[in-house]
Amino acid sequence: MKTLYMAGLALLGLATTAAAESAISVADARAFETAPTAMAGGGFLAITNTGTSDDTLVAVLADFPRVELHTTEFENDVARMIHLDAIPIPAGETVALEPGGMHVMFMGLQGNPLTEGETINATLVFEQAGDVPVTFEIVKRDMAGHGHSHNH
Amino acid sequence: MKAVIIGSSIMAVAVGLGVYTWQTTNAAADPCGNTTVAGAAIGGPFELVSETGETVTDRNVITKPTLVYFGYTFCPDVCPIDTMRNAIAADILAEQGVDIGTVFISVDPERDTPEVVGHFTDNFHDEMIGLTGSPEQVRAASQAYKTYYRAVEGDPEFYLVDHSTQTYLMFPETGFATFFRRDTPAEQVAEITACFAGRAA
Ligand SMILES: [Cu+2]
Repeated sequence: MKTLYMAGLALLGLATTAAAESAISVADARAFETAPTAMAGGGFLAITNTGTSDDTLVAVLADFPRVELHTTEFENDVARMIHLDAIPIPAGETVALEPGGMHVMFMGLQGNPLTEGETINATLVFEQAGDVPVTFEIVKRDMAGHGHSHNH
Repeated sequence: MKAVIIGSSIMAVAVGLGVYTWQTTNAAADPCGNTTVAGAAIGGPFELVSETGETVTDRNVITKPTLVYFGYTFCPDVCPIDTMRNAIAADILAEQGVDIGTVFISVDPERDTPEVVGHFTDNFHDEMIGLTGSPEQVRAASQAYKTYYRAVEGDPEFYLVDHSTQTYLMFPETGFATFFRRDTPAEQVAEITACFAGRAA
């Protein structure tokens, strides 16, 4: 889940005289298209803390009735989606919100499904870095690694 | 454990708590290369509501080898992944000339109307059958398949539902054949399903 970010480590070495600070960058922000009557959708992205101090993602703001951070836990083949109050983003690391793990949950889509080719403008709120804007691209659900085209 | 069972409208099924123990203690190697369960009473008659609002039974729905999954459409991550996996397995088998069905049974009858499960399943496979029902019908079907689900209390509109994630391979006459955990890739689901279908033919 957490990948060591080498460039971040290098920066850490060079920036020894600078004051500790958080610097956040995001990549691969995407959400999967939903059915027309879907009530919820999931957003995924990778968040990198290139700074020298730990940071924490505490909220995501977007134009939906409810937006939350979620993870899914599995026990005895039972899936349990859980609300997270915060996601730690340690200095020099990348934390990925990926399918099957953590996600941004957009709730209350009723009548406004997520449509391929459109985007969701959102704001990530960090304890240290403050507000960081992000745009989620809405894409078709991929089944990467399955090597099978799914055509209709 | 913050979740609490709430009123009769959003009912909880507790039978699934023993499923894991049951699976691991009764599991045996099967010639088709998957663990299976000797004489397990999984499946059987159910009465649910189709995408068009009609009452249907297992006899209407399971007319060929069929992959059966229990989930809910408010689930944005796990259910779509598992459902897509089953749809891809069906496509792989279709290319090999093996005709199987895929079924998605909602364990969230409050929010999952026939129209909603219809749209949800259409998103994954043209021929996937989406089923829902009254809370009682859904509870009975879940109990028959020994799956677990429970709506988490506290939010009338945006509540979450804990639920089993295994997919069952069912046959019209002989019923339960085997089950797949969610980490089984589509190719393997297809291969094992084809093996069972070949033996049944
Ligand atoms: Cu969620």
